[in-house]
Amino acid sequence: MKKPLRLFPEAMKNLTKKAATSKYPFEKAKTYPGFRARIVFESEKCIGCKMCMRVCPAGAIEIVLSAEQPAPQTAADGSQIPQKKKFDCIMNLDRCIYCAQCVDICPKKALASSPDFELAQFDRKKLKLHYT
Amino acid sequence: MSKMQIPLGPQHPALKEPENFMLVLDGEQIVDATVNLGYNHRGIEKAAENRNYIQDIYLIERVCGICSHSHVSCYIGAVEEIAKVEVPAIAKALRTIVAELERIHSHLLWLGVAAFELGYDTLFMYTWRDREQVLDCLELLSGNRVHYGMNTIGGVRRDITKEQVDEISKKIKYLKERTSYYVNVVTEEPTFLARTQNVGKLPKDVALELNAVGPTARASGVDIDVRRDEPYFIYDQLDWKVITYHTCDVFGRAVVRVLETIESYKMIEQILKAIPEGPISVKVPWKIPAGEAVFRYEAPRGEDIHYVKSNGTEYPERVKVRAPTLSNFQSLPYCLKQGYLADAVITIAAIDPCMSCTDRAVVYDINKGERKTFDQEELRKYSIEFYKKKGISFK
Repeated sequence: MKKPLRLFPEAMKNLTKKAATSKYPFEKAKTYPGFRARIVFESEKCIGCKMCMRVCPAGAIEIVLSAEQPAPQTAADGSQIPQKKKFDCIMNLDRCIYCAQCVDICPKKALASSPDFELAQFDRKKLKLHYT
Repeated sequence: MSKMQIPLGPQHPALKEPENFMLVLDGEQIVDATVNLGYNHRGIEKAAENRNYIQDIYLIERVCGICSHSHVSCYIGAVEEIAKVEVPAIAKALRTIVAELERIHSHLLWLGVAAFELGYDTLFMYTWRDREQVLDCLELLSGNRVHYGMNTIGGVRRDITKEQVDEISKKIKYLKERTSYYVNVVTEEPTFLARTQNVGKLPKDVALELNAVGPTARASGVDIDVRRDEPYFIYDQLDWKVITYHTCDVFGRAVVRVLETIESYKMIEQILKAIPEGPISVKVPWKIPAGEAVFRYEAPRGEDIHYVKSNGTEYPERVKVRAPTLSNFQSLPYCLKQGYLADAVITIAAIDPCMSCTDRAVVYDINKGERKTFDQEELRKYSIEFYKKKGISFK
């Protein structure tokens, strides 16, 4: 059965309504909790198991020994107690696909997703982040 | 009248990804059509062999942007079958919710695209505005709008909270109301009917012979749906029906898609009422035992098939993807034949091809050696003008 102008009343109703689109970038875009964007790294928690490197589908993450290692502490009897090794994380944002599988696999929760998604750069070198 | 050959694509407005259709015209009428594939080859199957099973989840997810959950569920289903993993009930329920939300998002997207190709921009804008609600549901549930990353081998990655259930139920209620309205628009609006009825005809016997799948086949009266024929996840526990239609044309494909969306709302509501409890995933070893499996999955566009062969290491030996569009392409030349050039765009769009975006077509008269270039706007205007001359108003 044909009924002409089916969308006409709908169009009229929307004439006075506010635009459905958001005003990004003038207004901040809304993200939900659990949004996966730039990965952040906490060096104190990292144990250097490199599981994140093993699961990363894009090969974007690299865990390396820090240049400066904490000095071993001296115990009461004079023996040296070795400290936990310190690791750095090199994050290639130009390769990262933001799947956050590294966050899921990390046994010590050293990696986490942040809601920071505005990562575009003119210079590709700036996309290589070195977390210490 | 001399016959003309027109290449439609690989760069063309109607196609969302590069693909080439050679159309042979006799005046306005298409007398022959050929589909040429291969412009979008990315080597994903080969790349999958060099990555481990976990890495492959995200690689396979990127086979397609719209049905990313479909492909990854299909791949994971095959891997779980080889590894003989029993997935927890809650993971199955959550996978079903995401799968149905994805179907809604894909069908609403299609309705918008089809309306746009017809020159019916009002419908396009309203469907896409409402589609944002379902994308919000997906973002709420999984974290991201397009590549949800919800699946992992042995379960899902994120649990669902009470607040999320309430929020999704609210949005589904709104969408249900809106989609019921679109059902009326699609079935009653004269502009839509005039441009879709008796266009791109595909009779039932031809659909069966040429292996059409999904809404394309169901609109020709072929009663197939993997969700019912070979149930996976929790489809066998839900109350829903397979939508088929008998008109065998573009109109039928539109009706099947909007009615399927309504069925998806019904399914999601049923699952949200009784979400099972328990752990969301089980641990699966890195090395998958040797074996092979085929998994069939009803993606929004039709039946998706993945074949995985394992050799006992942490890397698959072979992953084969058969996307539904490849199957539907077989029937496309038949649909295009005997139709008009102005209908070619909507006929191609009606199978919801998963390819890419184009910007112009060249009309080449072989006998006279004349060339004419159409860009996106021109071809769209041409199709609208063509129908205006036939007395169809776009006001």
